[in-house]
Amino acid sequence: MSDDTIEQRANHTQVASHTPAGATRPNLAVEATGLVKHFTSGKKVTKAVDGIDLAIPTGSVFGLLGPNGAGKTTVVRMLATLLQPDAGTARVLGHDVTRDADAVRAAVGLTGQYASVDEDLTGVENLLMLARLYGFKGAAARRRVAGLLEAFSLSDAGARQVKTYSGGMRRRIDLAASLVLAPRVLFLDEPTTGLDPRSRNQVWDIVRVLVEDGATVLLTTQYLEEADQLADRIAVIDHGKVIAEGTSTELKRSVGQGSVTMRLADATQRAQAAVVVERLLGTEPTLPTDPYALTARVPDHGAHAVAQILPALDEAGIAVPEFTLGQPSLDEVFLTITGKPLPDEDSDGDRERETVAAEEVSR
Amino acid sequence: MTTSAEARVTTTSLRQAVALSERPARPSALSTTLTFGWRALLKIKHVPEQLFDVLVTPVIFTLMFTYLFGGALAGSTTAYIQFLLPGILVQTIVIVTVYTGYTLNTDITKGVFDRFRSLPIWRPAPIVGALLGDTVRYSVASVMCIGLGLIIGFRPDGGAVGVLLGVALLLVFAFSLSWIFTILGLLLRTPNAVMGVSMMVLMPLTFASNIFVDPSTMPTALQRFVDINPVSHLVTAVRGLMAGQPDGGEIVWVLISAVVLTAVFGPITMHLYRTRR
Repeated sequence: MSDDTIEQRANHTQVASHTPAGATRPNLAVEATGLVKHFTSGKKVTKAVDGIDLAIPTGSVFGLLGPNGAGKTTVVRMLATLLQPDAGTARVLGHDVTRDADAVRAAVGLTGQYASVDEDLTGVENLLMLARLYGFKGAAARRRVAGLLEAFSLSDAGARQVKTYSGGMRRRIDLAASLVLAPRVLFLDEPTTGLDPRSRNQVWDIVRVLVEDGATVLLTTQYLEEADQLADRIAVIDHGKVIAEGTSTELKRSVGQGSVTMRLADATQRAQAAVVVERLLGTEPTLPTDPYALTARVPDHGAHAVAQILPALDEAGIAVPEFTLGQPSLDEVFLTITGKPLPDEDSDGDRERETVAAEEVSR
Repeated sequence: MTTSAEARVTTTSLRQAVALSERPARPSALSTTLTFGWRALLKIKHVPEQLFDVLVTPVIFTLMFTYLFGGALAGSTTAYIQFLLPGILVQTIVIVTVYTGYTLNTDITKGVFDRFRSLPIWRPAPIVGALLGDTVRYSVASVMCIGLGLIIGFRPDGGAVGVLLGVALLLVFAFSLSWIFTILGLLLRTPNAVMGVSMMVLMPLTFASNIFVDPSTMPTALQRFVDINPVSHLVTAVRGLMAGQPDGGEIVWVLISAVVLTAVFGPITMHLYRTRR
């Protein structure tokens, strides 16, 4: 844990307090101070968002990273005027989300599981309806729709009901729907959750083009890799609070370069292997319940040491049939920042690992 | 269908498509409302099954009551259909209003409604537009019901004008009654819950009325309920119009209750719509 690399929660509050209440900094596309939202269900009060400050410069991509139920969606819904904050203020392009909601609505685009298109209608009908609702008329509306469908490779599918679309097409029509009025600020709530890698890369490419052209993007995600790929700055949120904020590099530096995981051919050699790995990496390996497995965090600038692990184990006569090197996952970020692992519900699925066949490497 | 061309989202075409040289002016409240009405029509076009209930329920009820009870209740089936048909029509339309809440709730669960709420448009437009679209459903149900009635012997003395006026009055009432179901649609968790609760409310309202029989043979307590039941007033007014003997008092009663329903439940709906989480 390195306090100098991550701007901690306490510092973060100080940064936000540079702005006197009521003033707007013109270079900020999204600005939130002390946002709070509580939900009551029966007698139980859930603090979905518990005092969040945000300052997102115009033209940048900001990632809200956190597990399910951390409050990411609630923050976006408040900024998109779908939900009124219980306390705090938020401005989008200088417009207050409560007092000047319509101006905010005219300036933002929204894509997420909750702001969807109508599955019963066709792609063309969905976009045409939105184009008309935004004020495009007759031929102008049709031109706008045709252009968007073309750009999103959906022209052929335009006449089909959206419910027949594949996951990737579905996400593209959702994105196209949020771009009808060429918004200057775009909120993307888990834009790639559930997509295959190819569709996910398409969505990322689209976001990059939009940002190059000057849009500001607020993106929520459960994947550190996604935030890493797209976001200029990342805020990690948990239980409705920002627990760390910084660039992707800063976040990753604080958790190291990820981790190596290996499975040995012989469980009795695990202790011996652990000694070798610790000597090379300088971090103490953890021993999972699987008696053949061994995991160790890779320290900063540890790439060279990682390359030496397999030859060293080979020399010691330890056979390693499985060896994987992974980017730090959200779990590891969480573990490092909070000292607690993520709740079990979404422990898998967010690791992007390259499995290397150990035999090929060592021979 | 899945080709490599489908996968390519080209940078230049995306730039061109998204770039907007001129922002359109904000559309009027009327134009946005009509766009939502258009959407409701498109949904009927794409999902015609949703009209199934609307078409079948009146047929079953009309045939069942006419031939099962007609002779016993009114001496002959022909005599009974003259009495029953306006009532069955009212029952059909009143029950169809439930779909307003059902479709609204479906939109909410599917996330479509939040898209609408995030648009810079006249706030009531999505709901008012949906209600306008629903009048198409009511009209289809009315045509079905009256058509069947005419086939099996319904001969209204009020003629075409009387029948049309009766239907028009009914549509006005249905539009205002829908606001109750929009509230249920916004409050309840699932579309099926909306359906269940609404039917629980509507069953006593439609059966404990003067739709099927003259209330004079009912116990006093039930008669009192039937007399204050708004459905009874509506049925009497529609019957009068269709029979060519319009009952001015009842028509005014129906129109006033329509205004009251809209004035009370419309704003509650809009409040819930604005503040819904």
